[in-house]
Amino acid sequence: MGVSRRGFLGILGGAMAGATLAGGRANAQPPSSTSADSFGCLVDLSLCVGCRKCEAACNKQNSLPQPDRPFDDMSVLDTFRRPDADKFTVVNRHLVGGAPAYAKVQCLHCLDPACVSACIVGALTKEPSGAVRYDASKCIGCRYCMVACPFQIPAYEYSEALTPRVRKCEFCFERQMEGKAPACVSACPKEAMAYGKREDLLLMARERIRSSAARQVTASTEGAADAASTPAGDAAAGNGAAPLPLLPYIYGEREAGGTSWLYVASHPFESLGLLRLPPEAPPRLTEAIQHGIFKNFVPPLGLATLLGMAMYTLRGRKEKEQ
Amino acid sequence: MSHSASTPIKGVPFFTPGTLVLTAIAMAGMGLGIWRFVVGLEATTNLDDQFPWGLWIAVDVASGVALAAGGFTSAGLAHVLHRGRYHPVVRAALLTAMLGYTFVALGLLFDLGRYYNVWHPMIMWQGNSVLFEVGMCVMAYLTVLYLEFVPIVAERLRSPEPLPRLLQLVRKPAGAVVGLLDRIVGKIMWLLIILGIVLSSMHQSSLGSLMLIAPSKVHPLWFTPILPLLFLTSAVCVGFPMVIFESLLASRSFRLKAEMDVLSPLARLVPIVLALYLAMKGADMAIRESWRFLLPFDLPARMFLLEVLGGVALPLVLFLSDRVKRSQLGLFVASSLVVGGVVLNRVNVFLVAYTPPYAAESYFPSLAEFGVTAGLIALLVLVYRFAVMNLPVIPGHAVEEGGR
Ligand code: SF4
Ligand code: SF4
Ligand code: SF4
Repeated sequence: MGVSRRGFLGILGGAMAGATLAGGRANAQPPSSTSADSFGCLVDLSLCVGCRKCEAACNKQNSLPQPDRPFDDMSVLDTFRRPDADKFTVVNRHLVGGAPAYAKVQCLHCLDPACVSACIVGALTKEPSGAVRYDASKCIGCRYCMVACPFQIPAYEYSEALTPRVRKCEFCFERQMEGKAPACVSACPKEAMAYGKREDLLLMARERIRSSAARQVTASTEGAADAASTPAGDAAAGNGAAPLPLLPYIYGEREAGGTSWLYVASHPFESLGLLRLPPEAPPRLTEAIQHGIFKNFVPPLGLATLLGMAMYTLRGRKEKEQ
Repeated sequence: MSHSASTPIKGVPFFTPGTLVLTAIAMAGMGLGIWRFVVGLEATTNLDDQFPWGLWIAVDVASGVALAAGGFTSAGLAHVLHRGRYHPVVRAALLTAMLGYTFVALGLLFDLGRYYNVWHPMIMWQGNSVLFEVGMCVMAYLTVLYLEFVPIVAERLRSPEPLPRLLQLVRKPAGAVVGLLDRIVGKIMWLLIILGIVLSSMHQSSLGSLMLIAPSKVHPLWFTPILPLLFLTSAVCVGFPMVIFESLLASRSFRLKAEMDVLSPLARLVPIVLALYLAMKGADMAIRESWRFLLPFDLPARMFLLEVLGGVALPLVLFLSDRVKRSQLGLFVASSLVVGGVVLNRVNVFLVAYTPPYAAESYFPSLAEFGVTAGLIALLVLVYRFAVMNLPVIPGHAVEEGGR
């Protein structure tokens, strides 16, 4: 009896261990779906002045409901906000060392998106253009995508009784197809955002970081002259002082496996409400385990075979009933 | 060894003070459930963009699936390992699993925003999604369970005893259809049993993989890559205690003699799996050094300790004692602890451990969420009672002295 009991558990344990091992090997696979010339956006937060023009443009582009307070009401910035079912992007004001700093957030359009991997019916897809899109007609409303997103982006129309949708920025996919930049990007008066091939944007980001550092060196040698040339009242300059250099870090280059949207900033990203995340794309772990368990159906079939063999060989023990 | 055939339980009224209370809870819960479909999730639940999953997923779905594990564990014991002495509890375990999974599916409908699309996964395959695998396995397993149950219905239809009046009318055609099904099922029963065990192992473990997609949101006390293995093992742990728990409750409720000659030997198997589970949890903690997160002794730490000490370690000690295994009360307490421990584990993994980075406030279920969950459980118990009073599920029926 002891033997067979252990046998039974051993079978299960063995199948699981096999699956996990297979998973470990599959872990090395590269992310699935990103084409080399997909698009992205580079947001230079040091240029953002918190005018909310991008919010207004996004609202109009996506025919979202009018907000209670208009987009030129800056008192909205007094509270920290997150994108929700009625707004796909928000700008928040953060106080860093007493000075205001602004950060626009929206879906980052991950290269290997957790939401896409999680979705039970494939209602979310990563397009070759870089956009992560949503098809409401497939969605069953399980909200697993919301559980999965490391940036906590997808929102849900909980108030809809019959046809609730997952809501999030879709990178203005229609505009992309027309060769246009996203509405929010085009609306920015400070040109704080750039739209283009992600590869190019990474180069651009590095170049900006380099030149801002160089400018800083010049600024400190040339003294007040440079600071005076900065237009007065430019919030990006921060209290009229020389602009801070960009930090030598591109947010989104690696976070959660990398994202199509990239950020540079002159303040630590965490102080601007951007999460510190590990470079692994979340789907790599779950998909490795899943595909390990299903690898050519070997583990389930193996378990079935073992059970069948146990059932057959032990049948002699069948006691008189039935 | 008693293997008196199973028969419907006769001579007890369906409605007792207890079942009347259950009926009230079930009706209130279903009322709230209907209200949810009319007004939507916002008005009825405390779910929001930070906490997309709540009580219904943690209890109705995740715990429901775990507690129905008695079906595949006892099938494995009785039909694969051919431990014939356990046959008397297999039918009850099968009924529990069948009803349990049915109610999991029902409970899920309340939670799904587009419940009418629940069938979409069948045609919209998404093999990368853990949830897809869980969904497909649960659907397939539910079918297997219904098929495995066919012989019990067929046996009832063959017996000369009259059916309830309405059913008596369709007895002939129903008998023919079920009889035919029964002959087919009889031939492939061995396959169904194997299939049931394989499907169960797959989705019980995958349920644990679900939260692995959100490493940055799940508290490190629970987040481990071996979560699927832990889920499978804890499901195996709770299988027999759940069978014992129910069997004792049923014999109490129907004033039958407790089947101690089956339950006590069954209880001997429990500490083996419990010990294995505890060892896995301990090793995992040691390797990941997650014990550090116990030190703040905050809510997650306390919930973790309650789960592991109260729901695993304590029942392990109890199940090792012969006195406990021979006493009805002892068995009942020890089994309840395991059942409670597994439910607490699922609640911990899906709710307590879930810490979204921008959460403004924490989640606590609404009254309607509690109401629907309580209503579903009450309804499940009532259907179970109805089933064992009308179908040959529970064997023996030795009436306890002074009973009835
Ligand atoms: S890309 Fe389009 S949808 Fe996304 S935030 Fe900008 S305007 Fe809104
Ligand atoms: S940020 Fe979230 S919603 Fe956007 S693509 Fe990444 S995982 Fe999906
Ligand atoms: S809520 Fe919809 S989009 Fe999100 S995972 Fe579920 S089915 Fe997919």
